[in-house]
Amino acid sequence: MELFELGIEGLKTLLDKKEVTPREVLDSVFSRIDAVEERVKAYVTLTREKAEEMLAAGNTGVLSGIPIAVKDNMCTKGIRTTCSSKILENFIAPYESTVTERLAKAGSVFTGKTNLDEFAMGSSTENSAFFTTKNPWDLGRIPGGSSGGSAAAVASGECAAALGSDTGGSIRQPASLCGVVGLKPTYGRVSRYGLVAFASSLDQIGPITKTVKDAAIMLNIMAGRDPLDSTSAPVPVPDFTKAAGMDVKGIRVGIPKEYFIEGMDPEVEKAVKDAVKKMESIGAIPVEVSLPHTGYAVATYYILATSEASSNLARYDGVKYGFRAGGKDLLDTYLQTRAQGFGPEVKRRIMLGTYALSAGYYEAYYGRAQQVRTLIKRDFEEAFKAADVIATPTSPTAAFKIGEKSADPLQMYLSDIFTISINLAGLPGISIPCGFTGGGLPIGLQLIGRHFDEETVIRAAHAYEQSTEWHKKRPSL
Amino acid sequence: MSTIKFETVIGLEVHAQLLTESKIFCGCSTKFGLPPNSQTCPVCTGMPGSLPVLNEKALLFTIKTGLATNCSISPFSRFARKNYFYPDLPKGYQISQYELPVCEHGHVDINAGEGTRRIGITRIHIEEDAGKNIHEGAGPYSFVDLNRAGVPLMEIVSEPDLRNPKEASAYMRKLRAILRYIGVCDGNMEQGSLRCDANISVRPEGSTRFGTKVELKNMNSFKFVEKALEYEVKRQISAIKNGEPIFQETRLWDTVTGTTQSMRSKEEAHDYRYFPEPDLVPFMPAKEWVEDIRSAIPELPDARRERFISDYGLPEYDAELLTSEKALAEWFEETLKLGAQPKAASNWIMGELMRLFNEDGISIEESPMTPAGLVELLKLIDAGTISGKIAKTVFEDMYKSRKTAAEIIKEKGLVQISGTEELGAVIDQVISSNPGETERCRAGEEKLFGFFVGQVMKATKGKGNPAVINELLKKKLAGQ
Repeated sequence: MELFELGIEGLKTLLDKKEVTPREVLDSVFSRIDAVEERVKAYVTLTREKAEEMLAAGNTGVLSGIPIAVKDNMCTKGIRTTCSSKILENFIAPYESTVTERLAKAGSVFTGKTNLDEFAMGSSTENSAFFTTKNPWDLGRIPGGSSGGSAAAVASGECAAALGSDTGGSIRQPASLCGVVGLKPTYGRVSRYGLVAFASSLDQIGPITKTVKDAAIMLNIMAGRDPLDSTSAPVPVPDFTKAAGMDVKGIRVGIPKEYFIEGMDPEVEKAVKDAVKKMESIGAIPVEVSLPHTGYAVATYYILATSEASSNLARYDGVKYGFRAGGKDLLDTYLQTRAQGFGPEVKRRIMLGTYALSAGYYEAYYGRAQQVRTLIKRDFEEAFKAADVIATPTSPTAAFKIGEKSADPLQMYLSDIFTISINLAGLPGISIPCGFTGGGLPIGLQLIGRHFDEETVIRAAHAYEQSTEWHKKRPSL
Repeated sequence: MSTIKFETVIGLEVHAQLLTESKIFCGCSTKFGLPPNSQTCPVCTGMPGSLPVLNEKALLFTIKTGLATNCSISPFSRFARKNYFYPDLPKGYQISQYELPVCEHGHVDINAGEGTRRIGITRIHIEEDAGKNIHEGAGPYSFVDLNRAGVPLMEIVSEPDLRNPKEASAYMRKLRAILRYIGVCDGNMEQGSLRCDANISVRPEGSTRFGTKVELKNMNSFKFVEKALEYEVKRQISAIKNGEPIFQETRLWDTVTGTTQSMRSKEEAHDYRYFPEPDLVPFMPAKEWVEDIRSAIPELPDARRERFISDYGLPEYDAELLTSEKALAEWFEETLKLGAQPKAASNWIMGELMRLFNEDGISIEESPMTPAGLVELLKLIDAGTISGKIAKTVFEDMYKSRKTAAEIIKEKGLVQISGTEELGAVIDQVISSNPGETERCRAGEEKLFGFFVGQVMKATKGKGNPAVINELLKKKLAGQ
């Protein structure tokens, strides 16, 4: 096995035993990048120099010498942060995000900044202003999104692990489509300081990794109260790696009846149902639960997320930083800058959100959506009385072809149908590999937990993962 | 012509810059007058990914203000985003408050000459200030200075309870006094740390419906508040009398022309698309904390004024003026501690001291005169060492030279002449030098008595004791 194929745990074992050096690990990953990146196109910016500096700094810690890729919507001092948008194409942040700072302190080395749908708005990376990342399992297909670059980089061995951000499924859906693990922590578990905001009440940073244990190792470092983020929760951070290793005997796995909808890909449905059976066989107890407001989730999400986005993206006005189109006066400069700087999907969402917040419409849209959000939260509270984790498909289909849905935004929005409720409710969720389609495309199982109960999620995910071989499969590139 | 009488309805929105050392959502300094953009960071310049963290002091100051103006403190309050584009607004939205402000339902009492009137306070909320656009020296461009962006502001919204421009100005003064007493705002209108917008309408007297309101901006002194409102009252009444409509609009006070000019109509008004700020958690001030803040509130102007009247026997006018500034009231009370008689001290402060302050354009905090200095002077007057008239000169001298009264009196030889021998000689001299006047006076032309007093004063360079002079002069003119 090549070093670049290994995840965090695998590399740590070899590094700790001094069987390999951090230099060899980094070289292996960068030769892998040299070999496949041209085809996968996971990275917007490769940071070989930065990685060398970090290696030379030799920070010792849990992640010492581990090559990690960072989604390009997290600020990194001195390295451009583009959000895959023309408007920030040359933006270099003067400060470091809390999460990358913590990872750097723990000794990891950054391989680069990965591609995403512009401002994390999308499910395929097709909305990147630069290029579409390819799914390593089938280069004619999308890797999912918005953290498609990170998921593809992990799946193709172009890093040991990566950071993603998840507003409506943007960690879990690409993880599912690329056959890797993606964990969205509870809202408030990980600091958002330095994460370029899409929808502030939904955004959350999480790890994309090769195994559940790796996700737990990353979360240990990333989690915890940050005085720079008022919404980061002052709750204790347990050792998540301890949960990866406990059995699932007596764990109740809830199956929401509303999630196994008509029109779902039968191969996906079968894989997920088989996964639940597998969990039952190792001691878990399947129970049926109901999430009655599921049908409203997509509409609710697209009102709240776009409303917040319309405000969050107002700062890109050509005045202070980023792209500026010189107009004949102030208004013209605003109009030209934003018309030329933003792509069509970002503009669509800004317009939707602006409309939803407008005088006379606010109550009917934003106000109503907030109420439904509360109901969706309550659905989960109710369901978690009967279940300890809830199991669903991560995505209704496996990876689709590049261009297949890009003409139909509504179809694209529906590919997040199983993931967005979890953001609305602020819950932790993980996607883990649970099989392949006949065509050899990965399928993901989503496990959802109670607020701040990532431990049970990790415990169940790890126990299932260890009882299967899915996570050991790698795409042939 | 119609003879309908009109009533004016005014509500004020007062913006007060809070005296915190750092900005409301970041650690940058709030210092004024530093090089452009030197007091900035990723948060207050709206960098992508930066997040606000509330400066608790700003919240504390706002609660303190609420308590000092009889507001109830909301048990649950949160921030909202006010969205609009402008170069001095780096995030494209202002973090403010909308439907759940920190304080509500308060009042302050004012007296604008028609007895005490209670003015309701609708709400007090906190928000961040914007930066400043600079057009001078920028050639074809404009510059933006973000030093002020993120400085904490409090917006105090009154009920439409004010009935004339004088009341509006009295209300502003009362608010300013309270804010300065509790130390949350320096109240400097010229520098913009206290600003005010007004909503003003007129209606026929007796009507219960409000007229169409106009918003007035850009009034950066008490004088301009009054003038702008007076102008607007006249403009609106004359428009109605001429059968012209009043438009709901925003108008700017123009200091140069002394008029108000339309800035934007209701149709052009922004839709601010307020919604709850997701980057900040709602706050629930603990009851104990609020009580701690309450117990730290000092005696306020109204209470102090009443105490000055009842304890020191001061007239209401004196008490009102002396308590309008905390430092002034303290200055006054310090003179009493040192033994001054209240009304005498009050007269000197309101007369000579204020006159000199006005001439120099300074405030009590910068006074070169100390309470001890005034008391020294008062004691010298009481002892008859100097005359009241000379005392005024000495006072001004003390103020300007910062010397003690004794030093000045000694240097300039200003000790009062009270000796009957010395004064008698001067009077004799005056009588003999003015035989004609002496004769007329003795013949009953009494108004000439003043002439003799003046001559004696002149001869003694004002140092003669007036009482002794009067007595001696009467005797001597009577030929005794």
